[in-house]
Amino acid sequence: MENILEINGLCKTYGDFSLKSVTFSLPKGYIMGFVGQNGSGKTTTIRSILNMAKTDKGSIKIFGLDSVKDTIAVKERLGVVFDSLYLAEHLSVKQLERQIRPFYKEWDTKEFFRRISEFGLPDSKSVGTFSKGMKMKLMIAVALSHNAELMILDEPTSGLDPVARDELLDILTEYIANENRGVLFSTHITADVERIADYVTVLHNGKVWFTGTKDELTEKYAVLKGAEKYLPDGLREKLIGFHAYRNGFEALISTDDLRGLPDKLEYEKASIDEMLVYIAKEDKNEGHSDNNEV
Amino acid sequence: MDIIIKNKSELPIYEQIEQQIKAQILDGTLAENEPMPSMRQLARDLKISIITTTRVYNDLADAGFLVSAAGKGFFVAPRTDELLRERMLFEMEDSLLKAVESGRSIGLTDDEIADALKRIMEE
Repeated sequence: MENILEINGLCKTYGDFSLKSVTFSLPKGYIMGFVGQNGSGKTTTIRSILNMAKTDKGSIKIFGLDSVKDTIAVKERLGVVFDSLYLAEHLSVKQLERQIRPFYKEWDTKEFFRRISEFGLPDSKSVGTFSKGMKMKLMIAVALSHNAELMILDEPTSGLDPVARDELLDILTEYIANENRGVLFSTHITADVERIADYVTVLHNGKVWFTGTKDELTEKYAVLKGAEKYLPDGLREKLIGFHAYRNGFEALISTDDLRGLPDKLEYEKASIDEMLVYIAKEDKNEGHSDNNEV
Repeated sequence: MDIIIKNKSELPIYEQIEQQIKAQILDGTLAENEPMPSMRQLARDLKISIITTTRVYNDLADAGFLVSAAGKGFFVAPRTDELLRERMLFEMEDSLLKAVESGRSIGLTDDEIADALKRIMEE
């Protein structure tokens, strides 16, 4: 399978935060959810992909091109959506269109205004007055109007109401119906990922904790519950984010370790949300303090 | 083709879809040789991941419900004896289910319903 995005051994340190050899790739034609708690390094990774931050080590290839050397060619084919508007807020949609147009060879004015009306955005009001959901749609309209092949969204759903979030999922699944495209979106609202993402990369403390298909991830871990006294010898050390309370314990367990467990212990499917919670708890259990804030 | 996905279901999404497509093939809603929507189209329609729809089609093809034609996508498999048997089995279970529901709705116990079935079979 051809990769539309390939990150290899990406390292970057600033202050007391660092990305530690981040490596993952997204095959062409699929959607990847990029998750992890705040401060795990998602935004830094995305800024590196967009060549907005200098990296210390490693390589990033987009469409097989180098993100630094070929940055102009790459950006021509990239669409970006941030959690806040990167466009001049005092301008109207019409004025913005005139401003953006010259930057893209493949800019399609007709398509842009078709999207603007499809999304129900007013074209002569200053965009600063738009709601969060409207701003998100405006950024998407820009991405869709220069024929972007890879869409990168950083926390597009944070602060959006459920209706706007649902509309975004609609737009993304429509976008990816074309198999020559790809989507990378970071979010901490994992329900969105659980539904539409084909691949998931979980970042934790600047490291890739998991990368692979979403099905592999959801089949790899379970939540184990029960009374501590029924835990077989040696299993306790393998559990992730072990948490004991008065009537028992809860922890994340690799499904490989489920075989031969006593019936008194119960387990159930772990959601991606739960996984994030347990890996954060594991840090506390181990007394880690490298829980970075960006 | 009608497909309903329940987010709160115990069943994974791919299994929910597989069951519903199977049921519609077995009850004839989806006729033999009928073309299926492309995997990307189905993912788009249901707002789910493409890997999920890929798995659904591959599983259904493995089970003999769909056939794939290179470059043309997937089609409902022609009827075979095995499919026919599946279908009859499905219809039988469906009728039994309806019978049980009717019995329960008038307050019969499960034993009474089972007795009624036995009586019918002995006749």
